[in-house]
Amino acid sequence: MKNTIAISIALAMFAMSGMTAAASKTTATAPTAAPVFTPPNEDSIPNDEFGKIVRQGKNIFEDTQHYAKQYVGNGMNCVNCHLGAGSKSDSSPLWGAYIRYPAYRAKNNKVNTYEERIQGCFKFSMNGKAPAVDSPEMVALVTYSYWMATGAPVGAKLKGAGYPELAKPAITPDTIRGKTVYTESCQICHGANGEGKKVDGKSVFPPLWGSEAFNWGAGMHRINTAAGFIKANMPLSKGNTLTDQQAWDVATYVMSHERPQDPRFKGDVAQTKKDYHDENCKYGETVDGKVLGAAH
Amino acid sequence: MKHILLTALTCIPLLAQADEVAQTITTQGSKQGATACMACHGADGGGNAAAGFPRLAGLNEAYIAHQLHDFQTGKRSNPIMQPIAKALTDNEIQLVAAHYAALPVPTITPAGGDLALLRKGETIATKGDWNHEIPACFQCHGANGLGIEASFPAITGQSATYISNQIAAWKSGTRANDPVGLMKSVANKLSADQVKAVSAFLANQPLTNGSKK
Repeated sequence: MKNTIAISIALAMFAMSGMTAAASKTTATAPTAAPVFTPPNEDSIPNDEFGKIVRQGKNIFEDTQHYAKQYVGNGMNCVNCHLGAGSKSDSSPLWGAYIRYPAYRAKNNKVNTYEERIQGCFKFSMNGKAPAVDSPEMVALVTYSYWMATGAPVGAKLKGAGYPELAKPAITPDTIRGKTVYTESCQICHGANGEGKKVDGKSVFPPLWGSEAFNWGAGMHRINTAAGFIKANMPLSKGNTLTDQQAWDVATYVMSHERPQDPRFKGDVAQTKKDYHDENCKYGETVDGKVLGAAH
Repeated sequence: MKHILLTALTCIPLLAQADEVAQTITTQGSKQGATACMACHGADGGGNAAAGFPRLAGLNEAYIAHQLHDFQTGKRSNPIMQPIAKALTDNEIQLVAAHYAALPVPTITPAGGDLALLRKGETIATKGDWNHEIPACFQCHGANGLGIEASFPAITGQSATYISNQIAAWKSGTRANDPVGLMKSVANKLSADQVKAVSAFLANQPLTNGSKK
């Protein structure tokens, strides 16, 4: 009965005006699943002044070490966490992020612009310093992101945006099991000491811990975030082959190693832990007799 | 000083002897019946493109040794190479691997070909196809596919036939010696067109005489 009425109303509206009908149709078929988005092909970057900056942004994104070196304090490149030059779903793609800003972030308790979000990446994941909002590097990165989000609905939570959230595993994550996973599946590229690999001074496989890796303030040091990333993307080309338990275990193992200090640290590890770190992270905890975050 | 002299004096003949053994195996074959390597892999170790026999010159030493051991155990199965590898001792494998690793990469001049095909291959080699979870070849095989240490061999300077044969071997499982099953995973996702394109592209990369990885 309800349906009949709804249909009658819709039909009546349709008869009244095309625009109203279109609006009512949108409401009636409101999707429950996240919309799917396909980023544009690189070949479609226009050969003009705009396209030039898009390409510049892509270069910075893929080889941050070279194109934005004054802002980088470790051995990482943007593309290490955002695979496929920032296009791969479930790898925090740029098209998923660009349309979600400005956004409130609990991390700094304010509404952040997209530029501020990127500044956070440089401060934490790149263990460097933030490029100014009007710097050529920032303009290029924002332009590249904007181009990649061409056609995406502003504000939508698209399928494959961010990293997937992985439910807590059945068994409490464990570094011993994690080390086994690491040795079998990760070490070949990331090295026995998480140091990654460089060839002719150029990073080919990113470091996961130690002085060249992301710092204690980067999102990826959070075990839940890393577990989601690993599950969906690692080993490279073999996403979703590790079990959830293996992903949690290996993330716990990787994040139980020392890395550069949290830039928000003001001299007291315990206080920094209290202010900025939660149960998903090992900062300030004692591992192998050493307090993580204290060796700086 | 005395020690250094002694070491030097004893090492030189040993080294010379080692290379002599490797020379004999590669040019004449081994006592146990291994065919001379050069019969198929060429006098300069450059391989035979038409037959799909790979270049060995300048490849990573540990990689070559590893492949010969895997031919012995059958983890890498090949009717020609398996009996040859089985006829080699561990020591001979080591010597042959060191010999080929030390040879300069022969000059390769791109033969050209279908531009659209090469361009498609270039995209896979340098960017991958992330819609199908295929990473760029060069992401693991290093800049310009020159290889990264023992686990990720050079893939440029190999013929299109060899490259596509290997991808087919991973797909079918006759070659199952890839670390972490990485190549099996990639091979399974590559379409026939992509294999053709990427093989053509990799075979078309110029290598300068002596460039070695």
